[in-house]
Formats: sequence, C-alpha cells, structure tokens
Amino acid sequence: MIDIGLGHYLTLGAIIFTIGIIGIFLNRKNIIVILMSIELILLAVNINLVSFSVFFNDLVGQIFALFILTVAAAEAAIGLAIIVVYYRNTGTVHVEEINSLKG
Amino acid sequence: MIAHTFFFYTFSLIAIISAIMVIASKNTVHSVFFLILDFITISCLFIMIGAEFLGMIMLIVYVGAVAVLFLFVVMMLNVAQQKNQWFEATSGYSHMPIGLIIGAVIFFELIIVVGGWKHKPDLLSTKIINIDQNITNTHSIGNILYTDYIHLFQLSGMILLVAMIGAIVLTFRKRSGIKRQSYIRQISREKIDGVSLVDVEKNKGVIIDD
Repeated sequence: MIDIGLGHYLTLGAIIFTIGIIGIFLNRKNIIVILMSIELILLAVNINLVSFSVFFNDLVGQIFALFILTVAAAEAAIGLAIIVVYYRNTGTVHVEEINSLKG
Repeated sequence: MIAHTFFFYTFSLIAIISAIMVIASKNTVHSVFFLILDFITISCLFIMIGAEFLGMIMLIVYVGAVAVLFLFVVMMLNVAQQKNQWFEATSGYSHMPIGLIIGAVIFFELIIVVGGWKHKPDLLSTKIINIDQNITNTHSIGNILYTDYIHLFQLSGMILLVAMIGAIVLTFRKRSGIKRQSYIRQISREKIDGVSLVDVEKNKGVIIDD
C-alpha cells in the first residue's frame, strides 16, 4: 500500500478510462461532453504508456505517448469543427436531437 | 518513498474526482474547467514519476490548446445556458443502468488484464531502449525521436497539418456581400476600363452614370 508500483498507476489509468466510457454512455447533454470523455480515455491510455515506460525503463512508451498526444489534438480540432458546422446548420448540439441518421 | 506515496494518492484522488466532475457537471463550462484540472493533475503525476518532457508537453498541448479550444467552442455555441436534465429519461428510457453495467464490465476487464499480465513476465523480453539516467528526459527523448522515429515524427506533423486544413475547410463560410480584394483584377485593369473621355457641352454638364 505504501510502496507505489506499476499496478497503482495502471489502476488509476483503468479508473479514468472507465469514467470516460461511462461519460459517453450516460451523457444526456450536449455532444461536446462526449468529446471531452474521449479526451479522458486518451489521457488514461497515456497514463498507461508512460507508467509502463518508466517502470520498465523503456523510452519507447513516452515516444508513443507523444504521438497519441498529437492524434488527440488533431481529433479534438476536427471534432470541434464538425460540431461547430453542425450547430450552424441545425442550431443544436443536444445529443437526443441529433438523430438524422436514425441510429 | 513516503512523499511519493502521499503525492500519488493526492494527485490520483484529484484526478479521479475531477474526471467524475467532467462527466457529471451540469454546466458544460464547469466540465471544461474540470477537464483542465484533470490534465494538470495527470501532468503533475508524469513529472513526478520522471517523464518531465511529456508532462510539460501535456500542459502546453492539452491545457494550452485543446482545453482552451473546448472552452472557446462551448462559449461560442451558447450551450452553457442549456441547463439540461442529468440522467433523467425524457424519451421513455434511461441510459443509466446500461452505462453503469458496461462501465463496470470494462473496469473489471481492465483489472483482470493487469492481474493476469503479472503472471506472464516473459513478455518483457523484447528489444527495449533503455532510459539513460545520466542525461535528462528531454535529452534522451530528443536523441531517439529525431533518429529512430523521425519518419513517424514527420508523419505526426502531417497529421496536424491535415487536421488544421480540415478544420479550416469545415468551418469556412463564404459570405455574400463582402468586398474582397482581387489582385488579378487590380493588376489587369487598364486605362480604358477606368477612364473615359467625355466631351462636355457648354451649360449642360456631365451625367455621371455610376
């Protein structure tokens, strides 16, 4: 309990990942919160990669986390642009009103 | 070691609580603020376990760019005023049980994966790049990022470029009624197009047809 090892960091990553998944499912508000949940999931993945990298003394994990950071930034930019366009066309970003695909 | 333990539990508690507040907060602006708090806390954890460069980059990229982008869009779209119901069913059924069940299943799957992985130590026998303790984290990342991973690095730059162009193209809107400068038209304009000589008759003046 006192000695912090790899398992503690992995558990933290798992908890944040699960919170992100639950956030996607339970969302009743606007779609921006879903994007934020995706950011949380990517953050959890980064925690896992960095903790593996540090505890196994292997630098490749940090390089990979850097690339995930890049992809996360690009994804946030594109997603927010799509949301802005959608809001401009329909006037809402409410999750329950976005049903034009009848999914 | 005691300090490490104390800081780990403090930061992870803050991270988990702020992650819960991101998805549970009623106001979207508050969600973005808690997302910023979460990023800052996790970057503190990264710096604490020795990945300083990644922690600082996370501060710059996530807090400085992504979270501010989120805040910008939330404030621009005027969704903060939509005080919507939280977890309450409006269209007949609630997502609450299925979401919690799936979250619990995924969490236990992750825990089982971690537990089962502990009994398989031969996974470690791969080619690894050791962390040199004599030079700084930033130095060692630079040493291999610009040599072994230069193609992936440039490819990630291309991804960012494509994302930037895509965001601009998506949100670009051509408005009518805006006078724009056209260099071609300006340069190719001749004297004949702009100036015309008129014989002015006496006591009549010129009717300017504009």
